[in-house]
Amino acid sequence: MSEKSIISPENLVYEKTGVMTDKVLHYCPGCGHGTAHRILAEAIDELGIQGDTIGVAPVGCSVLAYYYFDVDMQEAAHGRAPAVATGIKRVMPEKYVFTYQGDGDLAAIGTAETIHACNRGENILVVFINNGIYGMTGGQMAPTTLPGMKSSTSPFGRDVSTMGNPLKITELVAQLPGTYFVTRQSVHVPANVRKAKRAIKKALEYQKLNRGTCFVEIVSNCPYGWKMTPVESNKWMEENMFPFYPLGDIKVPEK
Amino acid sequence: MARKGDIVINIERCKGCEVCLSACPHEVLALSKEVNSKGYHYVVKVNSECTGCANCAIVCPDAVITVYREKATSGQ
Ligand SMILES: Cc1ncc(C[n+]2csc(CCOP(=O)(O)OP(=O)(O)O)c2C)c(N)n1
Ligand code: SF4
Ligand code: SF4
Ligand code: SF4
Repeated sequence: MSEKSIISPENLVYEKTGVMTDKVLHYCPGCGHGTAHRILAEAIDELGIQGDTIGVAPVGCSVLAYYYFDVDMQEAAHGRAPAVATGIKRVMPEKYVFTYQGDGDLAAIGTAETIHACNRGENILVVFINNGIYGMTGGQMAPTTLPGMKSSTSPFGRDVSTMGNPLKITELVAQLPGTYFVTRQSVHVPANVRKAKRAIKKALEYQKLNRGTCFVEIVSNCPYGWKMTPVESNKWMEENMFPFYPLGDIKVPEK
Repeated sequence: MARKGDIVINIERCKGCEVCLSACPHEVLALSKEVNSKGYHYVVKVNSECTGCANCAIVCPDAVITVYREKATSGQ
């Protein structure tokens, strides 16, 4: 048999989606933000809604998300993405509107906006990247930081007796009548990336139905903030984050 | 026999995070000794066992890898 190259357009099975720009991501090596961006962009691509999608970027490491998504984007003040997305969706109800937010943005300074948008049942998709820490500002403790977990502001580990308990905001919003689909995913191994992408795609499709807020948490890593290599951080995440933040659907639409 | 695949690595985008290495079922990938212009060791192919499963590309945070897979042929 000849060793003919199979690198030709008809054999292409995977390439970077055109819904992501060619800009090199500024994220640290191995950071789940990049994978989460990519699957969201792929979902938009596969649904053919690039021209009808508007994203809202947060404050946090993903503050520059608007550089990477080749869709209309709006930057929000820290934590206010769900409020901004509410305005956008109400003025342009035919558009697909998403927010992309870290746990500091969504579950600390933006808790009120998160809960009230979900409680009003705003017809938007919230993509929530939970890495248990404030990545951008130097790895401080977040409301999501695990009990005993070290951060730059809990150097001996989070002591819940003085620092409070971690907030499972995803379970919390699932209790609200305004949410339609609530799920928790991860993007650290191929099978989970595929599942997370299916969840995001489903959530975007649900937006057409006008039934309420879809909320997709992605438990993610922060190799920089956790002071680990990317591979170590993914292992640590499996062993420590997943038991506390179990993966899977939390609220699914009634049939 | 497994279908044949191949990948193209955009070495300038690679950050050497190694997340793709263990995702490959055929140990096709390893880090280079050389570094790219940003100073990262980048991913290289070390064998020709690739089946084009796309696991490496799907798990890569930086969209570094493009994947090809030969079309299934009828017969053999
Ligand atoms: C009003 C306001 N308060 C505080 C900050 C500082 N700040 C910037 S990002 C951030 C937290 C980001 O953490 P997270 O949302 O978890 O995102 P990550 O960086 O981990 O992706 C904080 C507190 C700010 N920019 N604006
Ligand atoms: S600081 Fe953490 S969350 Fe931010 S880009 Fe680096 S690894 Fe990712
Ligand atoms: S496409 Fe599959 S077999 Fe080929 S290098 Fe990537 S992970 Fe390995
Ligand atoms: S996952 Fe991507 S960025 Fe990381 S080493 Fe592999 S190809 Fe490079």
